[in-house]
Amino acid sequence: MSRDEATVLFDAPGPRARRRNLTLTLVSALVILGLIAWIIYDLADKGQFAGELWKPFTQWDVWRTYFIQGTINTLKAAAVGAVLALLFGAVFGLARLSDHWWIRVPAGAVVEFFRAMPLLILIFLAFFVPATVSPIIADGPLGNFQRVMVENVFSIFGVTINNGTVTVPAFAAVVFGLTLYNGSVLAEVVRAGVQSIPRGQGEAAFALGMRKNAVMRLVLLPQAVTAMLPAIVSQLVVLLKDTSLGYIIGYEDLTSYGFKIEPANFHNLLQAAVVCAAIYITINLIVSRIATWLEARSRRSRKSITTMSAGASLPAAGMASSGADAA
Amino acid sequence: MGQLFDFTEVFNNLDKIAISFWATIRLAAVTAVLSMILGTVWASFRVSPTPVLRGVGTFVVNLLRNTPLTLLAAFCISALSDILKFHFSETPSVNGYWWAVTALSVYTSAFVAEALRAGINTVPLGQAEAARSIGLTFTQSLRMIILPQAFRSVIGPLGSVLIAMIKNTTIVGAVAYGVEAASEMKALFFDLGATLPMFIGFAVGYLVLTLPAGFFFGWLSKRMAVAR
Repeated sequence: MSRDEATVLFDAPGPRARRRNLTLTLVSALVILGLIAWIIYDLADKGQFAGELWKPFTQWDVWRTYFIQGTINTLKAAAVGAVLALLFGAVFGLARLSDHWWIRVPAGAVVEFFRAMPLLILIFLAFFVPATVSPIIADGPLGNFQRVMVENVFSIFGVTINNGTVTVPAFAAVVFGLTLYNGSVLAEVVRAGVQSIPRGQGEAAFALGMRKNAVMRLVLLPQAVTAMLPAIVSQLVVLLKDTSLGYIIGYEDLTSYGFKIEPANFHNLLQAAVVCAAIYITINLIVSRIATWLEARSRRSRKSITTMSAGASLPAAGMASSGADAA
Repeated sequence: MGQLFDFTEVFNNLDKIAISFWATIRLAAVTAVLSMILGTVWASFRVSPTPVLRGVGTFVVNLLRNTPLTLLAAFCISALSDILKFHFSETPSVNGYWWAVTALSVYTSAFVAEALRAGINTVPLGQAEAARSIGLTFTQSLRMIILPQAFRSVIGPLGSVLIAMIKNTTIVGAVAYGVEAASEMKALFFDLGATLPMFIGFAVGYLVLTLPAGFFFGWLSKRMAVAR
């Protein structure tokens, strides 16, 4: 990428500036090469390049038992979490746009609460609390309801109930946290997306005699989804990265398999971390590439709609977000 | 059913909860400063006229933004500290604290850098051209024209990054430090039983930390917005 044209910070370089840039390039290249050399020297000094530390990665069995299995578990949690979070986001995002205050206000409170919570303590909530709370509920009037719900709904995620005590596996706890946290963020994305549609669109639809439902379903949402897609995909990258929190409660995801179980057998923690990071980065770059592609596509097809860019972060919980931020 | 919402244990342990949130605040405050400094360095790399530095900046930011914080924190404490023997201190808790700060600062710095770069990009090129054509030097146009506008538009995104960072203290805390609020909540869950009131107690603590920060940055970014 040559930058011979002017930017906000630098004017187009003349002969002197070009010379100066060349010197700066050489000096910084030297400094960075020196830094890399020092790191390599230090690692070699501590024996981290020894063949047997890297050898496990040449064996198919190691890949299959640890890294591929871990990646599958990570993707499984991410996929289930993404679907549920999208559902949660759609429902609560639209509920926040409702005309009825008794829908709008509670939905807003739920979304703002879960957006302000750290994901980890939501996962702790799902993982630790049901075991102590469920026996008390089982003795109360809601005991039967709890049993039916767990046996028919939550059992899909591996939640079990035994004599009134509910046990939540790590997978279900991770999915619970991912759904509520990312779902709340997605609810904000949906709301901002719908609000970013020019007002005239809705007014025109109402003038045609459409009801609220039809205006939202046929006019606002189709346009909003186009505008929201990049923001949704970049939130899904966040969700995918957040699955690694399963490591803390012992869910066997890529971080657990690649950074705890594999090194325990082969004593190559540093090397395993490099491989894990490479896998995460590859997956995320693929998803980000999809986001960029979607953004470019939607920009080509609809000139009138400003896309909420993939990189732009939504305002955090509590920050008054209006449609203007997203536009 | 009444015992589901029995808050006595929470009130009996208020001192422990307060101490753990103080640890969270100390973690977040130091990280805020360090990630700002480091993020400014990456951002200046990414906008520099030197291709090598731009490449390094882009590489580092993309690397950090796509690596899970859990992995980064675990890498810092297990690999860098335990295997390669880089210790900040001989005391394990002090060492853990500084590695937690390091992991979180390095991770957050990538997002700070992106926010700063986006802020510089919001300044229209015409502003810079006008500054140059009236004869302002590089430093003068940076100081009087570009940075004041970039800084204002950056407040909102930076606030979001800071709030996300406060929430992320739970991750580095659980992996590397073990004294801050989320770890304390887990410890109290084990000691006194995992009850809803205990969760609510900590949830309120986090609300108190993040919501006012959100209101403040929202208000400030609106107040400082550049009218164009």
